[in-house]
Amino acid sequence: MTDVLTPVLTADWGTPESWKLNVYEAAGGYGALKKALGMAPDDIITAVKDSGLRGRGGAGFPTGMKWSFIPQDASTEAGGKPKYLVVNADESEPGTCKDIPLMMATPHTLVEGVIISSYAIRANTAFIYIRGEVLHVIRRVQAAVSEAYLAGHLGKNIHGSGYDLDVVVHAGAGAYICGEETALLEGLEGRRGQPRLRPPFPAVAGLYASPTVINNVESIASVPSIIGNGAAWFSSMGTEKSKGFGIFSLSGHVNVPGQYEAPLGITLRQLIDLAGGIRTGAGGQQMGLKFWTPGGSSTPILTQAHLDVPLDFEGVGEAGSMLGTRALQIFDETTCVVRAVLRWTEFYKHESCGKCTPCREGTWWLTQTLTRLENGEGSAEDLDLLLDQCDNILGRSFCALGDGATSPITSSIQYFRDEYLAHLEHGGCPFDPMASTAFATVGANQ
Amino acid sequence: MTQEIVKSDLVTLTIDGIQVSVPADTLVIRAAEQVGVQIPRFCDHPLLEPVGACRQCLVDIPDAGNGRGFPKPQASCTLPVAEGMVVHTQATSPVAEKAQQGIMEFLLVNHPLDCPVCDKGGECPLQNQAMSNGRGESRFAESGGVKRVYPKPINISAQVLLDRERCVLCARCTRFSEQIAGDPFIELLERGALQQVGIYERQPFDSYFSGNTIQICPVGALTSAAYRFRSRPFDLVSTPSIADLDACGSAIRIDHRRGKVMRRLAGNDPEVNEEWITDKDRFAFLAPRQDDRLTHPQVRDEDTGELRVASWPEAFAVAARGLKDAKKKVGLLPGGRLTAEDAYAWSKFARVVCRTNNIDFRVRPHSAEEAAFLASTVVLGAPGVGAVTYADLESARTVVLAGLEPEDEAGAIFLRLRKANQAHGTRIFSVSAVGTRGLAKTGGQLLPTVPGTEASAISALASDGEVALDAGGLILVGERLAGVPGALSAAAALAATTGARLAWVPRRAGDRGALETGCLPNLLPGGRPVADPGARVDLAAAWGVAGIPDNEGLDTDGILAELRTGGLDALVVGGVDPADVLALGGQSDKLLRKALKKAFVVALEVRSSAFTELADVVFPIAPSTDKAGTYVNWEGRVRSFGKVLDNPASLPDVRVLAGIAEERGRSIGVRTPEQAWAEMVQVGPWEGPRAATPTVVSTGSTDGGANGALVLSSWKQLLDDGRMQDGDDHLRATARRPVVLVNQATFDTLGVPEGDDVTLAGPLGSVRLPVAIGEVADGVVWAPASAPGVSIRHLVGPAGAVVTVEGGAQ
Repeated sequence: MTDVLTPVLTADWGTPESWKLNVYEAAGGYGALKKALGMAPDDIITAVKDSGLRGRGGAGFPTGMKWSFIPQDASTEAGGKPKYLVVNADESEPGTCKDIPLMMATPHTLVEGVIISSYAIRANTAFIYIRGEVLHVIRRVQAAVSEAYLAGHLGKNIHGSGYDLDVVVHAGAGAYICGEETALLEGLEGRRGQPRLRPPFPAVAGLYASPTVINNVESIASVPSIIGNGAAWFSSMGTEKSKGFGIFSLSGHVNVPGQYEAPLGITLRQLIDLAGGIRTGAGGQQMGLKFWTPGGSSTPILTQAHLDVPLDFEGVGEAGSMLGTRALQIFDETTCVVRAVLRWTEFYKHESCGKCTPCREGTWWLTQTLTRLENGEGSAEDLDLLLDQCDNILGRSFCALGDGATSPITSSIQYFRDEYLAHLEHGGCPFDPMASTAFATVGANQ
Repeated sequence: MTQEIVKSDLVTLTIDGIQVSVPADTLVIRAAEQVGVQIPRFCDHPLLEPVGACRQCLVDIPDAGNGRGFPKPQASCTLPVAEGMVVHTQATSPVAEKAQQGIMEFLLVNHPLDCPVCDKGGECPLQNQAMSNGRGESRFAESGGVKRVYPKPINISAQVLLDRERCVLCARCTRFSEQIAGDPFIELLERGALQQVGIYERQPFDSYFSGNTIQICPVGALTSAAYRFRSRPFDLVSTPSIADLDACGSAIRIDHRRGKVMRRLAGNDPEVNEEWITDKDRFAFLAPRQDDRLTHPQVRDEDTGELRVASWPEAFAVAARGLKDAKKKVGLLPGGRLTAEDAYAWSKFARVVCRTNNIDFRVRPHSAEEAAFLASTVVLGAPGVGAVTYADLESARTVVLAGLEPEDEAGAIFLRLRKANQAHGTRIFSVSAVGTRGLAKTGGQLLPTVPGTEASAISALASDGEVALDAGGLILVGERLAGVPGALSAAAALAATTGARLAWVPRRAGDRGALETGCLPNLLPGGRPVADPGARVDLAAAWGVAGIPDNEGLDTDGILAELRTGGLDALVVGGVDPADVLALGGQSDKLLRKALKKAFVVALEVRSSAFTELADVVFPIAPSTDKAGTYVNWEGRVRSFGKVLDNPASLPDVRVLAGIAEERGRSIGVRTPEQAWAEMVQVGPWEGPRAATPTVVSTGSTDGGANGALVLSSWKQLLDDGRMQDGDDHLRATARRPVVLVNQATFDTLGVPEGDDVTLAGPLGSVRLPVAIGEVADGVVWAPASAPGVSIRHLVGPAGAVVTVEGGAQ
């Protein structure tokens, strides 16, 4: 069963002191860097293009194509400016848990990827913007960067190549919005994290109004393996339009939650098997899957009917959701969908940056409507009101985060309308909230 | 060929089925206005950068011009037009209409809907657009929604108040402050629905332009202490007018109710002030309503020696008799508040009734050189005949400022210079002793100059490779330069050698009009030089009088000197701050006071003053709201305005002077502003030779530097002790706190921490003020000339005086 896994990024997570430079190098680390420095930057871009790597931060934009948007003609205004690589390590999506363990376990994979990627786009300064709450991870990446400087992987004239690169590890101040790339740039420049108007796009005028590539941690960390093993190796994995491997983070009601690295196109059924199945209920009975998110809370939820959907960009899209960050939150039959959706919505309300009206005011209102429904105080018309509020937010907000706030609501009403109505008939939640907690798994009723 | 070029700059698109061609880069929201469709909006403002925050202006774009449409509604305030684009607004697209209604409903979720007690109610974009583009009923209220609430209101400055729960977070105010005024003292704080406008801790919103945020606020979140809860918009009568507190000629709107001005707002004049005015223009309108407003003519009683109320005919007769007795030994000081029509009446009154050229509108440091400069270089300039305009400021490559601090002395110029610098990097240089924050906000560079040496500094610019002044450059000289011998001559010479164009920027609204109408000892109306016999004959013929006095008259200094020595027997005075007169030349005011008591003084004033107390006849003069008239701004642009209030208690200068003249038997031929204007047009400008440009050679020296002595740099700041700002304490509270500004080297010699009081001593005395460190030329100390309660010009000395600064306790 485990042969479906393709551990590349996660391969050394179990090695003692895997975060140390010597351990990383002993396993062949920084070999890809030496190879890359012998290549022309454009050839690296071509290799990444050929590999079919698509952005691992959720949107799935082809990474090599993003790099090729950076103007390199020094005679033009934009091309004459410095270029920047910014790594989006502000992992904050509910359910998403891949970049933080990666940076914790093997930060040098990221650092090596940063150097190769910066070399490819001809950036001499790169930034790693890490979510501020994960101080231990920030320290670990800072330590890795220091080690890399001392080993000559960073700094002036890296390994005699004539290429200079400085890496700045930046701690965010704790805002979900800063995962949005232009808000991240605002934060990096010292302003309030709120998304910027586009155009101009970051590829032309990003950080400090200069051409900037912003990539997810996992995308950048995949680059050394692509350079080291070749584009063909990478594209041999995955599906036709979703090449390569990815980290699938399973959380919630499975027996062995965690990160499973597998080719894109794997199904949830396979992943649940790898994770030891859905948990056993409090009474010892085997629980069944009720609903799940394919890529974090901003992707519409799916149900048992979607267990065999191939988890690639196309497959999940056809099922009416999004692959997102492959953050698979698994909910079993003990879970009240209304309660889960309300908690997520409260998150969006708390994290709305406030810039645009629909997200700011819409989430304020949605939580109130949902709360009434959860308490059994609303009416059946409130479901239509909720859907209409979502319709007025989706596609009307300034950035995609407003859209994301509507996904759990519209999808849950689509699949579980009756459960909402049951709250009204029941005069409150018909579920025992304790039953869905983790404590309920082992000996809860003893 | 020309037609083709024009065509290629236009983009044709279809909005709601109507084809329209607009310039490239036009935003869809404004293109829609061209076809008569108003798309609702809050954050959008034509003079601010697009932000796309409120999402109210969503429209449907089935074709972006490339054959493909946008899958989602687009914010029309951030989307530029494209050739062949198809736009469906709320008028034709159910999707756009629903999107807009949805946003409007969201905006009202957390809005208190307290319209009945809100100042904005009745003129509120939120209220209006909720009616035109919103749902009739609130589903939020129906579903038992709970709104966010805040304690209300909070002061973000002494003048500006914020009701946070009304705010729709459009960020117009913060963007204005950052982008237009350059005073980013307010910013959005917090996030989500709790996002709110705030100030920095312990840093109030003390911007000279803060009132504009109140006006562009699309809801009632920002209000002024001056207007809050005073009136409803539908009770107000609005009259377009012109700001009367500086020489910018800013368009304003005056709103009054039952005989009282309730507020002033910025007018919209793209050629002048765009949509912005200073806080002084906006809030300083209560002066005429003070208790000391003159409401009746007064004459000095022959028996008691006291002023007593008199009838208009008696006052006219007494004034005429007194002036008759003085024969030609009369001086006239009309001051700087006059409309052009009133100034014309003063000018004609001097020549025809008093038969003298002893008239001078300048009550500040002045010189014969300045009078010659004004006659040769400034008078008769106007937009369209080569004079520098606001548009020129915006397109200039280089601007040199000399003796002018635009943020303090001409707010609209400051905003234009900042706009020019922000938009295309216009290079701005200031010949001054102080690198002010205002200069920094315009991206300007200080050319450090010790007061008194401006002439040589200006001359040196002719060969300054960095400033590189050429025909694409402008030189703006302030009236303060008149205090420096040779400086105006040098500026005129610099313009001549470099090809740069020159403009003179006075401080008061009436200054330029007084110049054009000949309220100077060397000039007659229409720029006619007194010294030119042809000009005198021309004017005498137009006026139908036998002749015009042929000697150049006395200027203000001369008039005051002759009064002191008895060379003049009578003074006609108006619009003059007596403190300024008594301080001129640094003479003891006792002597002058005595002389004025002895002389026959006719005072034309709005409010009582030291002059009216000394006068033999006092006439109550109508403030600018109570009469029609015209100001001529620094550009030479004619800025006419109508009467706002009917108040029979006072009359315009022209009517008063006509009354005196008729009693004297020498009519000035006009009685009303309208008649005066008609005659001014008839008399017309002088087309003969201009007076020669002055060529005063600078002495170039300064007395500073010896024995630790410093030279005082000083000017009047925007908000100061001026009498026309009386009545609004909230406004005055936003004035900058007076400091003694020194550079680091001088500071190091004082031995006190920054912020501690130091003693600034000069020829008139000394004051104690906190010391601050700034970019100040070596050997110079700066202090405000006219801060409320600490008037350096009266307590220490004039700009250019030698002063000392000492730290430590007194």
